[in-house]
Amino acid sequence: MNLEKVIFGFFIVFAATLNFGFFIGDIDNPVHHDIYELFAAIVVNLIATVLKFGDRTQIGAVHLATSLVADLQLLAAAMVWGYTIHVAGTGLTAGAMSSIVSLSGGALFANVISVVILMAETIMQRR
Amino acid sequence: MDAGSTPTSTIFLVLRRLRPPLIVLIVIFAVSVLGLTLVPGPPDANGAIQRLSFFHATYFFSYTATTIGFGEIPYAFSEQQRLWVTLCIYLSVIGWAYTLGTVFAMLQDKNFLNAVAVQRFSRQVRRLREHFFLVCGYGETGRLICKALDELGYRAVVIELDEAKVGDLELQSYSADMPALCADAGKPDTLIFAGLTSRYCRGVIALTNDDNTNLAVAIAARLLAPALPALCRAEHADTVANMASFGTRHIINPFEKFGEYMALALHSPAAYNLLLWLTGLPGTTITRHREPPRGKWVLCGYGSFGKVMTEALENADLPVSIIDRAPPADPAHTWVKGDGTGTEALRAAGIADAVGIVAATGNDVNNLSIVVTARELNPRLFTVLRQNQVANRALFDAFESDFAMVPSEIVSHECLAILTTPLLAPFLDTVRHADSAWAKTLLDELTGRFGWDVPAVWSVAINLPQAPSVYRMLMRHEQPLRLTDLLRTPVTDRPALPCRALLLLREGDPPRLLPDDEQEIRLGDQILFVGSERGRKDLALTLFNGHTLKFVLTGQDSPSGLVWEWLAARRQAREAARA
Repeated sequence: MNLEKVIFGFFIVFAATLNFGFFIGDIDNPVHHDIYELFAAIVVNLIATVLKFGDRTQIGAVHLATSLVADLQLLAAAMVWGYTIHVAGTGLTAGAMSSIVSLSGGALFANVISVVILMAETIMQRR
Repeated sequence: MDAGSTPTSTIFLVLRRLRPPLIVLIVIFAVSVLGLTLVPGPPDANGAIQRLSFFHATYFFSYTATTIGFGEIPYAFSEQQRLWVTLCIYLSVIGWAYTLGTVFAMLQDKNFLNAVAVQRFSRQVRRLREHFFLVCGYGETGRLICKALDELGYRAVVIELDEAKVGDLELQSYSADMPALCADAGKPDTLIFAGLTSRYCRGVIALTNDDNTNLAVAIAARLLAPALPALCRAEHADTVANMASFGTRHIINPFEKFGEYMALALHSPAAYNLLLWLTGLPGTTITRHREPPRGKWVLCGYGSFGKVMTEALENADLPVSIIDRAPPADPAHTWVKGDGTGTEALRAAGIADAVGIVAATGNDVNNLSIVVTARELNPRLFTVLRQNQVANRALFDAFESDFAMVPSEIVSHECLAILTTPLLAPFLDTVRHADSAWAKTLLDELTGRFGWDVPAVWSVAINLPQAPSVYRMLMRHEQPLRLTDLLRTPVTDRPALPCRALLLLREGDPPRLLPDDEQEIRLGDQILFVGSERGRKDLALTLFNGHTLKFVLTGQDSPSGLVWEWLAARRQAREAARA
């Protein structure tokens, strides 16, 4: 067992699970989507991205790309949230909530790809 | 990481090293922001406890962590919030200090600097859009070669192991920028970065002081760029044999070369002087030597150079006494034990009735000591001195020996002659084997005309790229072109060009040595010229410019440009009609 691999796998799976936890629920119901969960998803995603830095293999490059996509989507979701509350001042409307959740849904898709690559890599190892 | 990694790997190295500090920064940021949203703030107007939203917390912490510090926004904080912020400030300072420390340590890291240098160097080489030579080893010889290449208008790419010498190269004021890399030339990757496989590379010159590295360069050049001429220095006989076994084009052994010079000087002094004059470094003047006398010789130091010299002298039927600490392998030689720096050994070797002495040890101070002592015993001695270090030049100049053997100069002369004028080598071979009367006539004729300064020696091929105007003229089959017609200066009265054709090569014919003025020029001819630098430039103008060629051939200035050509044609027609 390799500690580095454990940490790497932990953060990738954790990013996907947190993302899923935020995404699940009615798309336009603010009660089903907790802001702290979004925050945690963003932080764990960022850490997962940094962990993928500096890998020169083809798989490493795809890993990094999926993480960057997830970061982008989640940060966009957070920005929409901040904008509706503080700039637009309309409060969390059903429309704003559904756009936030759909953005996080995109990030979830990228995270799922990341997990699939991780599993494929593990299966190919045969050790 | 070494010079063998690909250039893009620098960025990966940076990213890999930045992983821990970036993660630390993200964690500190996340913990601080999360804490700020949880810590109770002051009560609002209704008495309810306020909390910072994520938006405000991120905003506040962004300017606090970057030490901008706008103050407590959006409202004055509660005591609990201040407590938490104090903690966060110290955390963020630690985070930044750690990140900056890692970045600076990386910037000073030898591997990182090396990776950046390799990347910059290979980019420089890739962007070269003119022909260049790859020089491995920037020692004394390398410096002479680079200087001469620069004067001749060629670029050079240098690989050198010693950092100090690379620094020295940057201080030299060459007219063109010479990319240099501090790396081991024996590694094929380094050679590829330096443009071995580039289509602009014209030749590889291996001059390091390590025979094994030169060998490695030779084989890399043979396998990776078989069409390129490779010039390799080799000092040991087994290296020479090894290089020759896989077909290295030019192997230069300075000792053997000097032995050949010595043999030539003994056999035909005029031919020797002619050779020196033709292969000298550009911008220097040849000093003529006293002719080596015939008689008994004394040789001190029977090493690899001593062996070559003994052979050269014995081939000329001159008796040689050897002074060395160890007996020579061949017992047929007269041998005196000693090191030659004292009078006893010299006397025992018969210095009193000798005509010449060769100081061939590997130690410059000993060599000087030998010849000074020997001259005191016999003032008319002809002295041949081996100089090992260029740094000792002042001492050797002060002594004024008859012959000085400086390996770096011999190698650089030979390299330049081979690289810049490919036709010179066959001509020099002829000079080496010609009889001395012929060489003397030629030498007197040439030096009488051009002086003892090293002349310009260049070769011209009559083809489209090198002589477009002559090529077009010959393609039209108008009239046969003789050498004397072409070799004229494009000024009024068309005086003869200050240059002389030495050799004419034509496919299918034996080489024509010293072609006379009436020699006809045909397409595909290759001609070797010697002359002044001005003659070379004028000839180049004639070969490239159709109008100059016409003027040189007919003495008439032809009009150029559509309008003037049309006017001239009209005038000619009118004159013809009047006649």
